[in-house]
Amino acid sequence: MTDTLLPTGHQRIDHLEMRQIVKRFPGVLAVDHVDFDVKAGEVHALLGENGAGKSTLMKILYGLYSADEGQIIRNGQVTVIRSPTDSIKQGIGMIHQHFMLVPSLTVAENVALGMPSTRGLRLDLDVVAKRLGELAEIYSLQVDPSRPIWQLSVGEQQRVEILRALYRGAALLILDEPTAVLTPQEVEHLFTVLRRMTADGHALIFISHKLHEVLAISSRVTVLRDGQQVDTILAENATKTTLAQMMVGREVVLRYEHGDVSIGEPRLRLEGVSAKSNRGDLGLKNVSLMVKAGEIVGIAGVSGNGQHELAQVISGLRPPVSGEVFIDSQRVTGKSPAVLNESGLSHIPEERMEDGVIKDFSVAENLVLQDHGRKPYALGGVFMNFRTIAKTCKSLIQEYEIKTPSHETPIKSLSGGNIQKLVLARELSRQPRVLIAAQPTRGVDIGATEYIHRRLLAEREAGTAILLISEDLDEILALADRIVVMYEGEIVGEVSRDEADVNQLGLMMAGIRHEQAESTPL
Amino acid sequence: MRNLIDRLFAVLLPVLAVAAALLIGAIMLLLMDADPIEAYQALYDGAFGTVNSRSETLVKATPLLLVGIGICIAFRGGVINIGGEGQMIAGAVVGTYVALKFETMPFSGTASIYHDLPQYLTIALCMISGFLAGAFWGGIAGLLKAYFDVNEILSTIMLNQIALQLMSYLLNGVMLDPRQRERVNHIPRTARVPDYAQIPRVTWLTDVPIRLHYGFIIALVLAVIIYIFLWRTTLGYRIRAVGKNQRASRYAGINVKRQMLFSMFLAGGFAGLAGTVQVLGLQYRLQTDGSAAGFTGNAGFNGIVAALFGGLHPVGAIPASIFFGGLLIGAQSLQRTVQVPASLITTLNGLVVVFVVSSQIFVRRRTQRRAKEQ
Repeated sequence: MTDTLLPTGHQRIDHLEMRQIVKRFPGVLAVDHVDFDVKAGEVHALLGENGAGKSTLMKILYGLYSADEGQIIRNGQVTVIRSPTDSIKQGIGMIHQHFMLVPSLTVAENVALGMPSTRGLRLDLDVVAKRLGELAEIYSLQVDPSRPIWQLSVGEQQRVEILRALYRGAALLILDEPTAVLTPQEVEHLFTVLRRMTADGHALIFISHKLHEVLAISSRVTVLRDGQQVDTILAENATKTTLAQMMVGREVVLRYEHGDVSIGEPRLRLEGVSAKSNRGDLGLKNVSLMVKAGEIVGIAGVSGNGQHELAQVISGLRPPVSGEVFIDSQRVTGKSPAVLNESGLSHIPEERMEDGVIKDFSVAENLVLQDHGRKPYALGGVFMNFRTIAKTCKSLIQEYEIKTPSHETPIKSLSGGNIQKLVLARELSRQPRVLIAAQPTRGVDIGATEYIHRRLLAEREAGTAILLISEDLDEILALADRIVVMYEGEIVGEVSRDEADVNQLGLMMAGIRHEQAESTPL
Repeated sequence: MRNLIDRLFAVLLPVLAVAAALLIGAIMLLLMDADPIEAYQALYDGAFGTVNSRSETLVKATPLLLVGIGICIAFRGGVINIGGEGQMIAGAVVGTYVALKFETMPFSGTASIYHDLPQYLTIALCMISGFLAGAFWGGIAGLLKAYFDVNEILSTIMLNQIALQLMSYLLNGVMLDPRQRERVNHIPRTARVPDYAQIPRVTWLTDVPIRLHYGFIIALVLAVIIYIFLWRTTLGYRIRAVGKNQRASRYAGINVKRQMLFSMFLAGGFAGLAGTVQVLGLQYRLQTDGSAAGFTGNAGFNGIVAALFGGLHPVGAIPASIFFGGLLIGAQSLQRTVQVPASLITTLNGLVVVFVVSSQIFVRRRTQRRAKEQ
């Protein structure tokens, strides 16, 4: 590896070092004297809970933030990165967790966006397309340059992001949670691509909180906690348990005890339910499902395969085009959320900041989002009884260990985990008969995740019927009694918790039906 | 301690913004060869210098406050009501019609059956009718917005025009003063509303005869009531919830469409009330010069400014409307004393609005920074 050019024709970054980086936000030390380095040909994973400082550190490297102290040294020379433009010039690329692509434009147009054309004012999309073809060839990242983004699958969109970074001359790639939206098979393909890139001399930084992936792909792992560097270790010397402990600073239970619960009567039943997605096509196709008292049914699947529509139909936010929904054998198809609230349905919504809370409202005001007009929160249904609301709120804050300065604090100033705990507290305190928990721990730190999991299991033991919708397969495996897999709006298979197997589930998530999945070797 | 400083900051900021606007106004005055100190002295004296000027300021502030209260509800509910002018007109037309009905039956000319009602009930009945008429006019825009997704900014502006033309039509026709009817070049105006339908003046404050009427006191009381309504009742909670986050409101089982319609209804109602109060408390008859401002004095728009200046808080709108009322009244004496065009005051008004509204960004930044620190 003496050659300083990469197969893409760009200059290699042999060694990039961040030394004693400090970043302060008013009142917080977001990054506290962290050393981080990455060499050509390696994957260096950056691991940590939310708020540990991973993304702040990487935003400094990518030029989105400037460091208060510390240096960045590229190939032995001190360099200053003031903006993403600088970092791109220096060969640093970043693949964001949420893709930065314009859906209505084609692949080539997206890549050309923001780049000067070789032909002055006239577009040079054919040149871009040709070059994309060459790059795609090298790393088997085939996509059709003339297709619009919205027609591509999530995995393909990610390829476009990687291709764009390579096109712009990235020798060092920062990948921010790149696997969050992929099926296990797509993850495998991504890893193959990443391995080939490192073999060619690219330097890669892999941000994740999925321990097994970190162990599978990286050569070194740096763990951050509360802005401080816990350690940097070789991946071969690490195990899931040690990494998890480093992340949270204490022992973590990755498996839960499932208490014995006698499964009761059916509480939630769907019969042949179909519904349209926002795009207007059938996002949910003929889904039949039953959840009984004391049971957690997990809906597994890659993001955007109908889970969102499923939760919305059950909770009355999306009218079904056909089929029936029953709660406690009472027909509730197409009923309004208000009616469903009355019939004992609680819903932890997927997008908690959009659907679950009102950001500008206080913690207490958010607590009574559904029940503000009912006793004991309202007097005669007209005047709100803020004294009772405050009292209930304070006791729930204590019971659910919600960290907040007071019940009058606007909820937007709480951390993601604490906001989710409040949503959980609200939904569980309504003593539901059926609970829909959609992505209950997405973007939530490990401590709060564990707490939420334990609460859900306790709720199961109390006899609530729980429908758990999650893109995190580990979460489903840890909690669900039965696992239902969805693909393109349909149920493609169902397995019980004891017979669940990750590979088989992964195949089903990729659309291979249960029967086939069993006979197909991985 | 820090909390106190934050509060102080939030209160002082609009004051500073006003000072900055006046400073720029001073430069403009200098450019026009006028002495800014003399000019501002005249402005202040004109607005607050005498008992009469103070009374006139409050008279001017009354419709601003009433419209502003409605604007607080609409904006808190997430609907932008630009239709204050039209709603004022709708309220004034119906309020006046009802008031006139107390004297004679409108078409037959026979004595009214309600003749014997006590005065306060008569006035209340007129005001409720005016409120409902404005509410209906605002409700049209609310309905279009909630159920047909029609932009309320557009529809309210259009409804302003319709209300104006409708008023012209009625004042030249069925509502025309019978005494004007015989004339060849009649003035489009109604008959004078009967004494017992007029809002009485506040006489116990001073011996000087002033035009300040109980409409202002009613507006003050309503501001407090609406504050309680918005922050202490379930209905107000729902309006604010919908205004802040429609998706979460829908998720929680709140009927978002109904709340949108309702907040527009209330906003229109308060503007309608402002129109009625202008007639019953001040002008005693409805008259048009063919423009909306001819009747409203632009209160339908200035009320929005007062509400924004008051932080979209009904109680905050009280000092804000007095301030703007003062500016408008003071402008007249400014014009007389230093011989500058009154349009300078309009400019000054505009400057104040721009400064105050844009200074809010500092408050927001500050709270965001505070939030991050937590």
